[in-house]
Amino acid sequence: MADKVLMKGNEAIAEAAILAGCKHYFGYPITPQTEIAAYMAKKMPKIGGCFLQAESEIAAINMVYGVASTGKRVMTSSSSPGISLKGEGLSYMAGSDLPCLVVNVQRGGPGLGGIQPSQSDYFQATKGGAHGDFRMIVLAPASVQEMAELTVKGFELADKYRMTSMILADGTMGQMMEPVELNFDVKERPATPWATTGTKLEREHNIVNSLSLVAEELEQLNFARFERYKAVEENEAMYEEYMTEDADIIVAAFGIASRVSKNAIVEARKQGIKVGLIRPITLWPFPKAPFEKIADTAKAVISVELSMGQMIEDVKLATGCKVPVTLCNRVGGMIPSPEQVLEAIVKANGGAN
Amino acid sequence: MKEFKRITLLCGHYGSGKTNVAVNMALELKKQRDRVAIADLDIVNPYFRSKDSSDEFEDNGIRLICSEFANSNVDIPALPQDMYAITDDKDLSVIIDVGGDDRGALALGRLAPQIKEENDYEMLMVINCYRPLTRDALSTIEVMREIECAGHIKFTGIINNSNLGEITTPEDVLSSVSYANEVAKMSDLPLVYTTVSENIYNDLCDKIEDLLPLSLQARPV
Repeated sequence: MADKVLMKGNEAIAEAAILAGCKHYFGYPITPQTEIAAYMAKKMPKIGGCFLQAESEIAAINMVYGVASTGKRVMTSSSSPGISLKGEGLSYMAGSDLPCLVVNVQRGGPGLGGIQPSQSDYFQATKGGAHGDFRMIVLAPASVQEMAELTVKGFELADKYRMTSMILADGTMGQMMEPVELNFDVKERPATPWATTGTKLEREHNIVNSLSLVAEELEQLNFARFERYKAVEENEAMYEEYMTEDADIIVAAFGIASRVSKNAIVEARKQGIKVGLIRPITLWPFPKAPFEKIADTAKAVISVELSMGQMIEDVKLATGCKVPVTLCNRVGGMIPSPEQVLEAIVKANGGAN
Repeated sequence: MKEFKRITLLCGHYGSGKTNVAVNMALELKKQRDRVAIADLDIVNPYFRSKDSSDEFEDNGIRLICSEFANSNVDIPALPQDMYAITDDKDLSVIIDVGGDDRGALALGRLAPQIKEENDYEMLMVINCYRPLTRDALSTIEVMREIECAGHIKFTGIINNSNLGEITTPEDVLSSVSYANEVAKMSDLPLVYTTVSENIYNDLCDKIEDLLPLSLQARPV
């Protein structure tokens, strides 16, 4: 029998989390990510873990805060409106320097929006996510296999830097089924001497808290936290390049948009257009290096997004505005078609070939 | 293709490929019968539903009985408004695509008494050993029993739809047959078909009994 199994993206996240040693899941159902909770509900009791459907998203993220304080791997998942509800908890966890994994399987917005796929929470995920100066590591899978791999990676990075990792997927990635191989080398976790595990009268109390009574101390905490963020930016940016070597036109896209774009690029190449793809895998830290590299050689960049144009701002910053960047998008639950992206590529190349 | 009963119910673990099998069976059924419908009773899945193939149904003169909210933003477990046609219209031959797992089969409970009374049906369990929660016969039987309890109706046969999507090799299908036979033996039910994508049908047609080629495939992006 093949080593592979056929999984929905949402299931792949859940199974990978369990393989990464996560035994605590708290969540509240919302389409299109509910299979994560459903899978956890089935599997956690069998492995001695804890699945708990909280009374709300706010309760769930605070349960995550609690377990993270004890130094255990813990996660929650939701979809766009539910992530907004978790905002307060995300900020408190950042202020307390706690590691955890949060999954956002995005749907169309704003507001209650719809249940079809979207990428319009890019700003929310990459520019903080709630009040206060903080960052989350944001990982953007583009296949069911990556849904699994980046879940494991997300836990590892969260532990390494004591911060939240977010999987920023979309409804299509969550619902689509693909074969997956689940053989991971899960690295040993770093020690958690800060965890509230009981002093046994052998050490000082560990205090997990996001409240500071003295402004000078709070300032120092912020400075120290941003030193860690700097290390993340220097070391953890991930991206994929596809046919960029000789490319005049660069398509920038992540997640489902990158898959559509690849199809369009293959077609454009058949027409003789030199076009390639830069696919950010980490959205924060944003992979600036490949964009800096093409800024002097490419004649146009197209940002393909399921939003009104959010990543495009980071693309413009990374290319230093040396090259024109245009947007090719659909929103509200719609997905750009390969034909639409191809049209944008042809136009960027100077019209009909 | 074997003779159809008036009603063919397709159930299974979600993601087992019920919808794909249902869509293909409806096209086959149309070759044998004049008035054919496919009924989507799924109250769970938000996308990737029978409705995705509505153009094919229309082209082939197959009636689609489906919640008007399927594939829309109305995120409620709605049933088709014309679902009683399944049991009331005795001249209609129907393939029923039941929702996944016991949760999906709940909707079936409403129709089960009439279906059993008429007694012109087959209820087939669609199985796929490459799905993580039905990797072996025992876990598959567990799902079967849950569906029967929720739907108030018992299975009459098994369809082995073991596949890994687009990358499925003939060997993957071949090696799933012993699993399917074990499920059939443990449940004391016949293995009605093993399904296979049309493009590898020729590699396997003399190796597997009751092999059913599926021509129409849901395509990923």
